[in-house]
Amino acid sequence: MSQQAEAPQAKQLEFVTLVAGGQNFCVEITQIREIRRWTPVTILPHSPFHVLGVINLRGAVIPIIDLAVKLGFEKIQPTERHVIIITAIEDRIVGLLVESVSEILGVSADMVRETPRGPEDPATRAIQGIIPVDDDMTKIINLSALMPSLDPVAA
Amino acid sequence: MATDPSILDTFFEECEDLIVALTEGLTEMRDGAEDDETVNAVFRAVHSIKGAAGAFALDELVGFAHKFETVLDELRSNRLTTDEKLLRVLQRAGDVLADLVEAARDNIPANRDQVDPVLNELQAFLGAEDDQPEEEFVFEAMTLDFDSAEDQSGYLVSFRPSHEFYACGHDPALLIKALNELGPATISVDETALPDDFGEFDWEGGYLTWTIEIEDLATDLSILEIFQFVDDLCDLKISPRDTPPPPSTPQTIETEDLPDIVTTAAVEVAPKEEEKPSADAPDAATPSPGPKADAKPAKRNATSLRVDPKRVDRLINAVGELIINQSVISQRLEKAAIPNASDLFADLDDYKLLAREIQEGVMAIRAQPVKPLFQRMLRIAREAADGTGKDVAIVTHGENTEVDKTVVERLADPLTHMIRNAIDHGIEAPEQRKAVGKPTQGVLTLTASQRSGSIVIEIADDGAGLNRTRIRAIAVEKGLIPADATLSEQEIDQLLFAPGFSTATEITNLSGRGVGMDVVKTAITTLGGRVGITSVPGKGTTFSITLPLTLAVMDGMIINVGGQTMVVPISSILESIRPNTSDISRIGLNGELLRIRGEYVPIVDLADRLGHPRDERKMTERVLLLIQTEAVPQCALAVDDIFDQRQVVVKSMQGNYGAISGISGATILGDGKIALIIDPDAIALNAAPRNFEEEATHVAAS
Amino acid sequence: MKTRILAIDDSRTIRSLLTMALEKAGFDVTTAVDGVDGVQKFRDSDADLVITDVNMPNKDGFGVIDDIRGGEKNRAVPVLVLTTESGAALKERARAAGATGWIVKPFDDDALISVIRRLTGA
Repeated sequence: MSQQAEAPQAKQLEFVTLVAGGQNFCVEITQIREIRRWTPVTILPHSPFHVLGVINLRGAVIPIIDLAVKLGFEKIQPTERHVIIITAIEDRIVGLLVESVSEILGVSADMVRETPRGPEDPATRAIQGIIPVDDDMTKIINLSALMPSLDPVAA
Repeated sequence: MATDPSILDTFFEECEDLIVALTEGLTEMRDGAEDDETVNAVFRAVHSIKGAAGAFALDELVGFAHKFETVLDELRSNRLTTDEKLLRVLQRAGDVLADLVEAARDNIPANRDQVDPVLNELQAFLGAEDDQPEEEFVFEAMTLDFDSAEDQSGYLVSFRPSHEFYACGHDPALLIKALNELGPATISVDETALPDDFGEFDWEGGYLTWTIEIEDLATDLSILEIFQFVDDLCDLKISPRDTPPPPSTPQTIETEDLPDIVTTAAVEVAPKEEEKPSADAPDAATPSPGPKADAKPAKRNATSLRVDPKRVDRLINAVGELIINQSVISQRLEKAAIPNASDLFADLDDYKLLAREIQEGVMAIRAQPVKPLFQRMLRIAREAADGTGKDVAIVTHGENTEVDKTVVERLADPLTHMIRNAIDHGIEAPEQRKAVGKPTQGVLTLTASQRSGSIVIEIADDGAGLNRTRIRAIAVEKGLIPADATLSEQEIDQLLFAPGFSTATEITNLSGRGVGMDVVKTAITTLGGRVGITSVPGKGTTFSITLPLTLAVMDGMIINVGGQTMVVPISSILESIRPNTSDISRIGLNGELLRIRGEYVPIVDLADRLGHPRDERKMTERVLLLIQTEAVPQCALAVDDIFDQRQVVVKSMQGNYGAISGISGATILGDGKIALIIDPDAIALNAAPRNFEEEATHVAAS
Repeated sequence: MKTRILAIDDSRTIRSLLTMALEKAGFDVTTAVDGVDGVQKFRDSDADLVITDVNMPNKDGFGVIDDIRGGEKNRAVPVLVLTTESGAALKERARAAGATGWIVKPFDDDALISVIRRLTGA
């Protein structure tokens, strides 16, 4: 009852925070299917630099993308300590290689700030908002913007 | 009506069946094999589509089906006679109807340019009088008094059911009950009309008049609704309450007593059921007029099971996993150094056999005849012929050949394109045909057949054949080949499939829709198939599509290339060779040839083609796979090593990633790792021009 | 006891739509795929109301009504004709065949259900 008195309630959102290219980012939890340890991939011929290859996820062929490269940072040299976040972007399932995954962050929607616009690079273009956390902040990655629908021929 | 998406799916599935029935019926009519039942069946197919389409508010479909159905109804009742012209219009109407169904399914607007002319032709058979739109049926009022309707606080209803009222399954008690629910009601019954002599009593005769006074009712619409079906089956009077009640002095019963009335009414209605037969037919043994025994057996007797395709897909996936699991166990056992004589291996073989059997069974569920696909193609061919003004007879063979459902679905687009091409570019205009002594009518043959583990679909025309000089000139002009290239006839033919190639000097509105034969080729390759061309100048061209029987499983050779495990389809491998130095000859800077049985075959370094680091080992330290493809008669793929042959479960790369040049799919090996499946055609085709011009090779690789 | 309805239509789509609407409204639904099947099912079941399409293979909807009305069992059962036709001609034909009422396709779920409730007293 007392909670309802605090109306209007802002929508609650949950994010998974991660580190890629040494920076803090987060992805909305609804877009994440699962998180797994790095396993060696099968390399794809003629693939772009950020595509590491494909893995078998319970019988499905899932491409793995180096999130750091996609955001314009240095390529990650994957080891067993690295993590793959399996995400669902529209109809596609794609794995993101990141350095680490930290925690689940629950915030109300009104805590999300708009991304300040400045000089743009691959990283800032894919940021759909920022969330202040203590003295620091974390950046929300817009996965759909990061990986637009693939052209069926030129992957 | 509700539009549950699954019911909409049911509708489109049903439409497919109905279109097949419609097409078959129209074909019978065209062949003169019609009888009344044929016309009826055609009518019913159109009628059913119209009826169900209305439920989903597919107005364009309903509108067209209505006109089509009206013409068929005229034909059915012999007010129209079948002649050549009518048959042609009906055929086109069938095509348009199928197009409209497809448009509705794909949720795209119909092509009015195609619909309207046919609609007008149909109308021409009907004359002008059918033009008024179908009137919506409205409840008809019998005696309406609008004068004082405004501030009415109640209505007086009196009705006297007729003989037919009872005969049509109505029950006065239910009407009274419904009226009673409208507001506080006072019900009375007038039985003065009952005959004094019960010997004259007709159990279904209407002797009773009920009068119901309803209070607090502002409009009579709800009353009219209750009498919706019976307004002509009883003397019905509805009047505002302040007018004097109808004649006679009825005995008044209060609302509270309604149960009594209901009981009374039931008693009065009930006897007719028991009494009537014995009264009408004293001889109780008289058989009731049963249903006329149908001499014709019902056509739809074959019982079938309708299953959500998703369930089958799940099953197929699970079976795929089962087979992978079986190879995992095999590998583990081999590593475990169990004596070969162990029963375990025999059991494992049984397991393998059973798994295969299950898999075949599951795949058979998805097998479908190509018939609906072919019929759709017939339509497209007719439209193409109409569009080009060419006279083309279309012949199909092997309609009952069964193919995986996915193949049927995914073949539609490539086939459409090839058929349009054949009619547009293959078959000559009538006057041209006449000039070379051919019959003016061209023939397009569509054949499906099963040949040693493959499905072959052929599109053959009896046109002029490929103009190789022109193809070559265009390829040179477009920079696909250097002007001095020496190409075999087969190589020239294959240029048709090169990206960005189009033989038409001007783009016609038929085949020039922004896609080339390269898209056709890609679509078929993704299905694990190949496209071949044979063409004889002056005699015609045949395109043949070879597809694996099942999509999900393939026999593959497991190889190693640049440290990666990969799979090459067995179907394209002629033999594997470990060459001696004397078998290898150099050609040019990097090129090497394999000499085999006196022939020289180009060697393609697979690692190089796939962008792996160049392997510096000599050819003699590697393995050559002699492969045969549609593009190049023979070529030798250089790989690092070969392991064994096994069946692999094919997974598409398309869903989550996209197509990759030179790769047709992927599979999961016994250790759970993914191995890519090589597309030998693409590898060999990309390899071929490479010998002439380095640039042309990087077509789809990005 | 649920009101039992026998729905006869050769269209799978219409059968699905009817079944869904009627079951949602709490009726017990049996379906038949054509007139012959419909009459057979009518004999085998105790339908409180019959809904039938008109144009069907093997036996049309009017034939179904003939058989029901001409039979011995439950011959006064209400029969609703489901049709795409509308207007006076249909009404006349349906009436002559002994139909209790008619519903024009595409039908409105609520209207159909209120008609059924009215005709069965459910």
